[in-house]
Amino acid sequence: MAEFWTSYGWPTTLIVMHSVAIMVVLLVFIAFALLADRKIWAAVQMRRGPNVVGPFGLWQSFADLLKFFFKEFIVPAGSNKGLFVIAPIITAGLAISAWAVIPVYEGWAVADINVGILYVFAIASLEVYGVIIAGWASNSKYAFLSALRSAAQMVSYEVSIGFVIITVLLCAGTLNLTEIVLAQDRGLGMFGWYWLPLFPMFVIFFISLLAETNRPPFDLLEAESELVAGYMVEYSSTPYMLFMLGEYVAIMLLCSLGTILFLGGWLPPAQIAPFTWIPGVIWFVLKVCFLFFLVSMVKAFVPRYRYDQLMRLGWKVFLPISLAAVVIVAAVLRVWQHGI
Amino acid sequence: MLVALFFYLFATVLIASSVMVVSAKNPVHAVLFLILAFFNAAGLFVLLGAEFLAMILVVVYVGAVMVLFLFVVMMLDVNFAELRAGVLRYLPIGLIVGLILLFELVFVVGAWVTAPQLASDAPTPPPSEVSNTEALGRLLYTDYVYLFQAAGLILLVAMIGAIILTLHHRRDVKRQNISDQVARSPETAIEVVKVETGRGLQ
Repeated sequence: MAEFWTSYGWPTTLIVMHSVAIMVVLLVFIAFALLADRKIWAAVQMRRGPNVVGPFGLWQSFADLLKFFFKEFIVPAGSNKGLFVIAPIITAGLAISAWAVIPVYEGWAVADINVGILYVFAIASLEVYGVIIAGWASNSKYAFLSALRSAAQMVSYEVSIGFVIITVLLCAGTLNLTEIVLAQDRGLGMFGWYWLPLFPMFVIFFISLLAETNRPPFDLLEAESELVAGYMVEYSSTPYMLFMLGEYVAIMLLCSLGTILFLGGWLPPAQIAPFTWIPGVIWFVLKVCFLFFLVSMVKAFVPRYRYDQLMRLGWKVFLPISLAAVVIVAAVLRVWQHGI
Repeated sequence: MLVALFFYLFATVLIASSVMVVSAKNPVHAVLFLILAFFNAAGLFVLLGAEFLAMILVVVYVGAVMVLFLFVVMMLDVNFAELRAGVLRYLPIGLIVGLILLFELVFVVGAWVTAPQLASDAPTPPPSEVSNTEALGRLLYTDYVYLFQAAGLILLVAMIGAIILTLHHRRDVKRQNISDQVARSPETAIEVVKVETGRGLQ
C-alpha cells in the first residue's frame, strides 16, 4: 500500500494540485483580462467602460459571473439536447486542457512533454468542435450558418499557423516548449528572440491568432449584424458563460504560445541587473499582457472583414507566404550551419 | 498497472464508439462517435510511446478531416431509417465481403516476418536515446525519402484533380480585383467639384 502511494498516489495528487493551481490563477487572470478588454475598447471610443462594481469596476467580471450562474438555463424544444449541453463543456474543457503543457517558467509546466507544441496545436484545432456542435444542436438557422462559417474559417487559418510554427521549430530544433524558449536565450537579450529574425512570421501568427480565436476583425461567427450572435444565439446562463470563458482562455493560450515562440517566454529582455531581478513568471505574464493588449486594440479599431475576404487572406496570402518562409528558413539555416 | 488500466479504458471506449458509428440513428452522431474513436486511438498511441503519431492523428484526422466530414454530413439530409430498410437484402453480400477481408487479414498477420536486414541493425532506436519525432524523421527523410516524396506527389495529383473537376471559370460574372482596388488613390477615386449656389452640376 505504501509503495502504491509513493509510486502512483503521491504523483497523482501533485499533478492534481498543480493543475488546480494553474486553473485558479488562469481563471482569475481571465476575469481581469475580460475587464481590461472592455476598458481598452471603451478608452478607444472615449467611454468609461464598466466602472460601477468596485473601484474602477474591478469586480465587474465577478458580478457578471454571479449573474450568469443565477439565470435560468433554457434548452430550446427543437434542439438536440445532449449535444446542446455538451458543446459549451467541450469548448471550455478543451481550452483549459491545453494549458497543461504551457511552461510559464522553466519546469513549471504540469506536463513537460516532448511534443508540447503539437499538443497545443492539436487542442487549438479541436476548439472548432464546440462551435460546430453548438451551431448544429441549436437547430436554428443563424446558429447553423455560424457553425458552417467556423468550420471553414478555423481550418483555413490553422494551416498558416501550422507553417508559422514549423519555421520556429526549424530554428529551435525541438518540439518541446521549454527547449524552444531556452533556444532563444542567445546572449543577445530581446534581440535574440525569434520575433526579430522571423518578424513576418510573427505578424502572420498574430493575425491568424485573431482568426483562430474568432476575435474581431474575424468574428464572423457571431457577426451581430448578420447572424445575431451566431452559434451562441440559443444559449443562456452558465453554458453561455462557458463559451465566453472558453474563447478568452483560447485567446490567452494563443497569446502565451506567441510569447513562447516569438517573445522568449520567461526570459528577461536583457541579461543585466535590473531586468534579471524580476522573476521570469512576471516577464511571461507581461509579454502575454502585451499581446493581449494588441488583440483588444485590434478589436477597437479594425472593422469586420467580409467572409470572402477572410478566405482570400487565409488561402491566397498567408498560405503562400508561410509556405515560402518554411523553404527559405530551412535553406538559410542549412547554409548557415553547413555551408553551401 | 496504470498503463494497463488506461489501455482497457481507451480500448473499450474505442470499440464501443466504433460500434456506435455504424449503429447510430443520426448521421451527425455517427460522425461524432467516429471522432471519439479517433481520440481513443490517439490515446492508445500515447500508451505505446508513439506520441508524435498520436498528435498527428488528432491534428490531421480530428482537427481537419473530420471537421470537413461533419461539415458535409450536417448539410446532407440523410435518412438512416430508409437506408436501414434494405439491410436484409444486402446482408449476404456484406457478409461475404467481410469474410474475405477477414481471411486476408488473417493471412497477412500469419505470414508476417521481419526482414532479416532490419532484425540485425535494430530499426527502432530506444526511446531513451532518440525522441519519437526524431526517429520518425530520420527514417522518413533518409531511408524512405523517395517513397515519402512519391506519396506526397500522389496526394498532390489527387488534390489538383479535385480542383480541376470542380473549378469553373465563368466569364460573365463580375469579379473583385483586389490589386486594382488597393492601387486606387484619392486622385483617381475622388473628384472635387466646386458647386455654385443655384446652378448645380451640369
